[in-house]
Formats: sequence, C-alpha cells, structure tokens
Amino acid sequence: MKRIALLLLAALLFTLALSACSGGDELVCEDTIGCVTVAPDEPITIAYMLTISGATAFLGEDSRGGIQIAIDDRGGKLLDHDINLKGEDSGCSAEGGQTAAQKLAADTQIVGIIGSSCSSEATAGLPIISEAGMLMISPSNTAPALTDKEGTWHPGYYRTAHNDLFQGRVAADYAYNELGARTAATIHDGSPYADGLQGVFANRFKELGGTVTFQGAVNVGDTDMRPILTNVGAGSPDVLYFPIFEPEGNFIAAQSKEVAGLENTILFGADGLLSESFPSGTGPAAVGMYLSGPYVEGDAYQQLLAKWDTKFGGSPPSGFHAHAYDATNILLDAIEKVALKGDDGTLLIPRQALRDAVTATAGFRGVTGTLACNETGDCATGEALGIYRITDAEVSGGNWPPEAVWTP
Amino acid sequence: MEDLRRRLDGVSWVDLFLWGLRIVIILLIVVGAFNTLTSGKYTITTWISLSISGLAQGSIYALIALGYTLVYGILLMINFAHGEVFMAGAFTTVFIANYFNRIGFLNTYPLLAILILMVIAALVSMSVAVLLERIAYRPLRGAPRLVPLITAIGASFFLQYSFRGFYGSGFQTYPTVTALSGTFTVGKVTIPVVQVVVFFAAIALMSGLYWLVERTKMGKSMRAVSEDKEVAALMGIDINRVIVFTFAIGGMLAGAAGVINGLYRPQGVYFFMGFIPGIKAFTAAVLGGIGSVPGAMLGGLFLGVIESIGPNLVLEGLGIDGANQLKDAIAFTMLVLVLIFRPQGILGERLSEKKA
Repeated sequence: MKRIALLLLAALLFTLALSACSGGDELVCEDTIGCVTVAPDEPITIAYMLTISGATAFLGEDSRGGIQIAIDDRGGKLLDHDINLKGEDSGCSAEGGQTAAQKLAADTQIVGIIGSSCSSEATAGLPIISEAGMLMISPSNTAPALTDKEGTWHPGYYRTAHNDLFQGRVAADYAYNELGARTAATIHDGSPYADGLQGVFANRFKELGGTVTFQGAVNVGDTDMRPILTNVGAGSPDVLYFPIFEPEGNFIAAQSKEVAGLENTILFGADGLLSESFPSGTGPAAVGMYLSGPYVEGDAYQQLLAKWDTKFGGSPPSGFHAHAYDATNILLDAIEKVALKGDDGTLLIPRQALRDAVTATAGFRGVTGTLACNETGDCATGEALGIYRITDAEVSGGNWPPEAVWTP
Repeated sequence: MEDLRRRLDGVSWVDLFLWGLRIVIILLIVVGAFNTLTSGKYTITTWISLSISGLAQGSIYALIALGYTLVYGILLMINFAHGEVFMAGAFTTVFIANYFNRIGFLNTYPLLAILILMVIAALVSMSVAVLLERIAYRPLRGAPRLVPLITAIGASFFLQYSFRGFYGSGFQTYPTVTALSGTFTVGKVTIPVVQVVVFFAAIALMSGLYWLVERTKMGKSMRAVSEDKEVAALMGIDINRVIVFTFAIGGMLAGAAGVINGLYRPQGVYFFMGFIPGIKAFTAAVLGGIGSVPGAMLGGLFLGVIESIGPNLVLEGLGIDGANQLKDAIAFTMLVLVLIFRPQGILGERLSEKKA
C-alpha cells in the first residue's frame, strides 16, 4: 500500500516538473480589449445573428447558407482547429436584435459574428456586441446610419452589403434619368432600413429637379393599403417608391391597380422585395415593376450557386448569400492573420488586433467584387448593385432572377 | 352659491378628466375632418369608394369577431387563439384554391368552386376550434379566468408554429377569380365587384347565424347557457355539447372568413396572418359590445370603415406626418371613445355583477 502511494507521488512530481519546463513560452494576451483562447482540441467559434424565423426568414436562411458554404470551402477547419458555427435568431426587429446580441455577447468563446440581417437588429444589438469586444460583419444591413460616426456606428461593425446612400441614389437617378419621372411618392414601413432608404431616394430625386408629392408610411402587418394609396393617388406621381418587405409590398403593388390616380404610376421597390416569391405572389400587378438590389455575376458566383445547389438544392431564396460568403471569408482570413499559436496548438486570438485586421482589408477579391473596408466598416464598393425589371416571365413563368436593366 | 358648491363637490376629478378627454377627442376629430374636407384634395367619390372598401374589410372583421363574441357570451373567456383558427382555414385552403385554378375548375364554375372552398375551410377551422376547446380549454373550465386566457395565448403560438411546420414559412397567394375581378359604376363611383360579393357573402353568413341563435332549439340552449350555466344544466341542457357547438360555429365562420378574405385580398397568406385580424376582430367585438351577436357585426363594419377613412379624414387634416401608419391609433381611439360613452359597447347589455 505504502509503495503504491510512493509511486503515485513520484508520478505527480514528474508531471509537475514536465509542465514547469513547457511553461517557458506561455501565450500572453497583450490586447487592449482581450483575447479568445482556444485550447488545442477545441474548435474556433464564430456565430451568426440572422433572421431565421417569421416573415423575413428567407433573408436569414439565404445568408446562413452563404456562411456554411464558406466554412465548407475550408474543409471546416482553420489553423488546424475545427470551425464551430453557432447562431441566434434575431427576427428582423430591434427587440430580437437586442436579445440575440445579449446571448451572443455572453459567450466569450465567440470570435466574430456574421450578421445581422436587418438594420433594425444591428441598431439595437451592435452596442452590446461592440462592448463585448466582438466584431460583426453584416451581409445585408444597408442603413446609412450604421456606418456613420454621427449615427449608430460602434467599433467592431463592418458590412459587405451596399450602403443605402448608394442604393437610394441609384434608384432616384434611374427613375429620373432613364424612366423620365418628374414626380415621385414614397412609402416606408417604419423600419430604419425603409425609412432611411426612402429618405435618400426623395432627397436625391429633389436634387435632380423632381418633385416629391407624398412621403408616407404603413405598419408592418397592414393588409389594407387603399387608404394610403388613395392619398398617393391624389398626387398622381410618375413613380411610387416603396423599399419595404413582403407581404406589405405585395399588398401595395396589387392594390395600386385599383386606386384612381395610379393608373400610369411606375412601381419601384428595393432589395427587401427582391425575392423569388414576390412576383408570383403579387400577380399581374408586378409586371413592369422595378427593383434595385444586389447584382452579382462572374465565374466565382456561378461556382457558389453550384455549391448551393449541391448542398441545399435549388437556388438561394434571396440576394445576399454572396455577401455572407464574402463576409465569412473576410472574418476567417483576419483570424488567420492575427491568431498566435502556442507549441501545443493553443490559439490566442486578440480582439482589437482582429478588428484592425478587418479594417485593413483592401483589395479583397470576393464574389461580390473587390472589397476594401473603411474605418467605419463599409466594405462594399458599390460594384454589386443593379436594377431589375419584373416581366411576365417572373410572374407566371417561374423565372428567377429577373433580367437586370441597369448595372454599374 | 351654496347649491353650486354642493354640486361641484359631487364631481370627482376623474369625471372631469373624462369629460375633458371626450371634448378634446371630439374637437380633434371635427377640426381634422373640417381641414381635410375644405382642402379639396379628395372628391366625394374618393370617400365613397374608401367607405365601400372599408365595409368589405369590416365584414371580414365581423365574421371573425362573431367567434370571439359567441365564446365570450357562453364561457366569459376571451379565446385569443381565434385569429389562428381563421389562419388555419385560410392557409389550408389556399393550396386547394390554387389546385382548382390549375385544373380550370375555379374559373368555369366560380360559384360552386368558392362554395366548396368555403366548406373545406370551415371544416378545417371548425376542427381546430373544437380540438382547441377539448384539449386546451375544457380541462381549465373551473380555473380562475386568467388561466384560460394565458392558455389561449400559448395555444395561439402553438398553432402558428404548427402551421409553419405543415406548410412552410413562405407566402402563399389565392388565385384571382375572373368572374369577380371586374368593376361596375354607380353614378361616378367605380366599385370592384369583389368588394360587393365579399360584403354580401358575409351578410348572408351573419344572417344565418342570427337565425340559428334566435330561432332554433340549439340557439335557445346557447342563450340559456349564456344566461346561467347551472340553471340551464338543471333544465336538462347538455352544457358541454352547447359549448362545443359554440366553438364549432365560431370556427366555421372564421374558416369561411378565411376564404372570403382570400377573394378580397389574395396576397400574404402565411402562418402569422391570423394575428392582426384576430386583434382587430377582438376590438370589433368589444366595440360592438362583447357577448352580443348583432354588436359584433356592427362593430366589425364600423371598425372597417373607420380604419379606411379615418387616417385620411382626421389625421391628415391635423397635419400629422405618416397618417396611414397611425390607422391603428384611430381604430383604438375610437374604441376608447366608445367605451367612455358606452362602457358596454354599442349594442352591449349592461352586465350584471356576476358576469362582469
């Protein structure tokens, strides 16, 4: 009995001595906002914060697919560690964004977040994420305030989606110059995305010399659009711009044909309505409608679509999967660049250095074009935006996406 | 002098405040409407066509509201999952409607096809409503009144996400019926045929219900149970049967409303579509006097018209931005106003101590 105890003691001393020897090059965190330590056999955790339930689920499912493909492309591994993708549903609302952000911020193993889907989620969730030292790269937030230092910007925010300052401007330019419109009306749904976008559109349209006859709003969940359309119709505008989502967008488009004064009005929407179910859901009223939205082309994109088809079947439900793919790659590249590796395979990922590395992204050749991030996190250069016109082929023929009538 | 003081002492601050509120709201409405009407932006035909579309919308609210009011009349509980009963019928039938459209049945025999669709939707909604009563409410019959209310909210989520599981989260659309897609003109007002059809279909269903409640034996039992459950039971009425029947009737009306809603407004059929109409119909039921069948009908129509003309008539005249975003505010202000003047609702009976 005594002998066994002695033997155990010896073994203990031996291991202690060993560990003392290897302690010489211990990784030390010198980052100002902390580090993530990944033990040798543990995965690197990244997370998504997207809307994957409710009416806007198509938007989040689309981006999540892009993230998963980007991870698959690396064989699910980074620096010899597995990549673990966690996720929270943020429901395309401010409350949802805040809850999801709190949950994610509580998990200190998360290195970075891909998200959010909707600008309202980011407006509420970003302060929490930023405070936790994490960074988030959004594939589809487009509200201008998010990358404006005077607005709701916080350190650690980036996006691969276009800024609406650009989208609203392109739409107004197209309506005024190409469609010859001189009067316009706008409708938003109270979300920061739609309100911001219609504001940019209206201002640019006025700048060009046009007149804005009406700027109004509906509620999310409204189905009867005749009252507001009657109001719009009183001014008989050349263009009605409503950068909102389904199903409110469908109701506006379909009911606009029944209201006096809108017989010759051209309907114009934005990327929130650029989904496969919009034209068939709206019916004949959608024919001739214009939509601005992400426009991605090239071989790399075709390959991405092929991978989507193999992995999930069919085509992506919305237009931001390529942006999510690029966002994920920017994040993973940056981790690769800044991570410190210990002898036993332990990783130390300094958070501020990671943010700096993403900010320094320049000449990144992604699927959505060549990306370069500025200091407030706008990484898209506006190359990937087009204007589409819906025809009968999309409404009754099941064709998707429609043909782009304008590209940069 | 002494007399005046005594009379003033009898008036409480709350009463004064309520009187002030009434006067302020009425003044706002009058000023807003006056400004809008004198600005000449809209013609009289605009108001008429808005009112007609409001009546069509209101008749759908009314059909759903009847389900709330019938159940409240008998069990004194608010079945908050009733909006989901409406969704169940509308969502299930959209696939059958599209099938009818594909094989050409819908446009060759539109009347027959729509009747079949309404029967199917009514059956689906009825089954959901009856199951809901059996599984979620009956075990809680003796519990405090807050308990079934919370259960109803839970059941509402359960139904929403079950139907999302059945049919997916995408948006479905009812097909357009060619026979209903035209318009006709009376004087200078152009009226879409579908709005008239929707209105009269709803009126027909509501008259049927009224006849059922007032003229049949089952209706008599329903009224008896709503008056006093114990005494009705002593008179030999099977209470459970009456309650199940009430849920079934409410469900059938909601299912039929689902198809009528699909004719009137084909887009946006999805698992969450019952929530807002459910809230609106509940408002309509309270507005008309909850527990009263004609009250629910009147409340629904009233709410539909107010929502339709209110924002443009009142809010725009007051110079409020985003008037149409506030149309719910109009609807609920109306509710508050009606309840201040008539706490029992437009046609409601003054509730006795026991019921209230």
